[in-house]
Amino acid sequence: MSPISRGFHRRHEADEPPGRVPPGQYVTSDFPVLSAGPTPHTRLGDWTFSIEGGRSPASWSWTEFQALPAETITVDIHCVTRWSKLDTTWKGVSLDTLLAAVSYDAPYVLAFCDGGYTTNLPVADLTGGKAWVAYSYDGGPLQAEHGGPARLLVPHLYFWKSAKWVRGLRLRDVDEPGFWEMYGYHMYGDPWREQRYAGD
Amino acid sequence: MERLEDAVLDGNAIGGLLNEVFGTEMTTAVGTCGSCGMVAQVAELAVYLPRLGTVVRCRNCGAALMVFVQVRGVTCVDLRGLAQLT
Amino acid sequence: MARAAVRGRLNDPGGGSPRPPRLAWQTATVDSVADETPKVRTLSLSVPDWAGHQAGQHLDVRLTAEDGYRAERSYSIASAPGEPVAITVERLDDGEVSPYLTEELRPGDEIELRGPIGGYFVWDPVGADARAPLLLLAGGSGVVPLRAMLRHRARVGSSVPVRMLYSARSLAEVIYRAELAQPADGVEVIYTLTREQPPGWTGYARRADQAMIAGVAWPVAREPLAYVCGPTNFVEGVAADLVALGYPPLKVKTERFGATGTP
Repeated sequence: MSPISRGFHRRHEADEPPGRVPPGQYVTSDFPVLSAGPTPHTRLGDWTFSIEGGRSPASWSWTEFQALPAETITVDIHCVTRWSKLDTTWKGVSLDTLLAAVSYDAPYVLAFCDGGYTTNLPVADLTGGKAWVAYSYDGGPLQAEHGGPARLLVPHLYFWKSAKWVRGLRLRDVDEPGFWEMYGYHMYGDPWREQRYAGD
Repeated sequence: MERLEDAVLDGNAIGGLLNEVFGTEMTTAVGTCGSCGMVAQVAELAVYLPRLGTVVRCRNCGAALMVFVQVRGVTCVDLRGLAQLT
Repeated sequence: MARAAVRGRLNDPGGGSPRPPRLAWQTATVDSVADETPKVRTLSLSVPDWAGHQAGQHLDVRLTAEDGYRAERSYSIASAPGEPVAITVERLDDGEVSPYLTEELRPGDEIELRGPIGGYFVWDPVGADARAPLLLLAGGSGVVPLRAMLRHRARVGSSVPVRMLYSARSLAEVIYRAELAQPADGVEVIYTLTREQPPGWTGYARRADQAMIAGVAWPVAREPLAYVCGPTNFVEGVAADLVALGYPPLKVKTERFGATGTP
């Protein structure tokens, strides 16, 4: 039985707008950087975003990607380590736009990234205006430490699904666990149902 | 806010975790990278602590050598990146 | 992993030196606290089942809130083997544990810890390294394990020559300042104050660089042993400088603290 540390408590006490923040989260004004490996530095001339595995795979260079219609959105983001950041502003290309260029019927994707990180998602969670490949944050180019030149942005799921340094999606018939999912994190990751770990 | 470069530590930082997993002091254990063959003491490996888990990498090629994730009191240990650990 | 020949570790066949048992969390009591600087406090602890430690090792602290929330951090042991266990903690403005340890915790309070931890970043004047001149390089709170080494050296009556380069932002932020102002025979402490210097300061006044390291390092021919501890950027820069001077990498031991100041 661990002794209770007299007077010790979580740094952040509940005082959040009710209903605005998922259960178990606290609001931060920081933007913590959590990384499982060294920051990649891919030259834009070498960068591509690809969708593989459909009937007609597609790939865009940086220049081609910048020419695609883009949106500016403001969303809340929720990290499984319990911090939430409200009203973050991003600019990027909707996954609706990208997936429309590919002929496919696979239900799942595995997102893959520079540095080897992967994460899995249902295609249904990428379409319908729910996900973007973002290359701008807070009015400026997305910094490398936050996933630049481009990252996946899927704000309705825990932020480990918003893969940094994303380079593409692999369409799959099965829901194959990505990096953290393999080690026990939830396959889906809905913050509103507090799906942090497998079995939640 | 912490600069990312300062956030990369070494095997000394996970001495307690390694002791928990292996049952003994492991920072002086010698690991061989399964990707590039680099040999190094665990204390000298690059350690990333993104709070979701612990990732230990080869300083030479960046390959993940060990990954530890603790969920609900159970530690998941992945040593597949190592060719050898003595 | 194809082969895991963890010889003598998982079970000792009896051929080697006794393996320390698996560490267990235990409950210690705070004996006394002492402020080293406005942001840094040393806690002296009573640890009932302490197995002893080596200079340079650290321990893990675990705090448990009433709602069951837990936080763990590592702190270098500031005292020498044989002295009561002490840790020195720097308060980080946005920290969760360090403000508690440096402002709330009182003598008589209990604290859960496990240790000692670490077999790499230790100094023990035995065997081949017994007479090696020591070069200790401290960045900020990286001085803590190195101070344990200095105290150990004094307690065992070692006469190996020591040079310590201590990089701090200002004199006010130098930890153990009074103690380091009266070093033991054979110990030389050199400061570099990177942000603010007192009037008339003639010492180093910049971040450690190749020229500074070359100026303080023992010649390679004397077969010195170097210990570098502090923030990652400091450690990697200094270690690279030493290797560039010809120090064998095996003779440059490193311990990186996060920007948080803890290992």
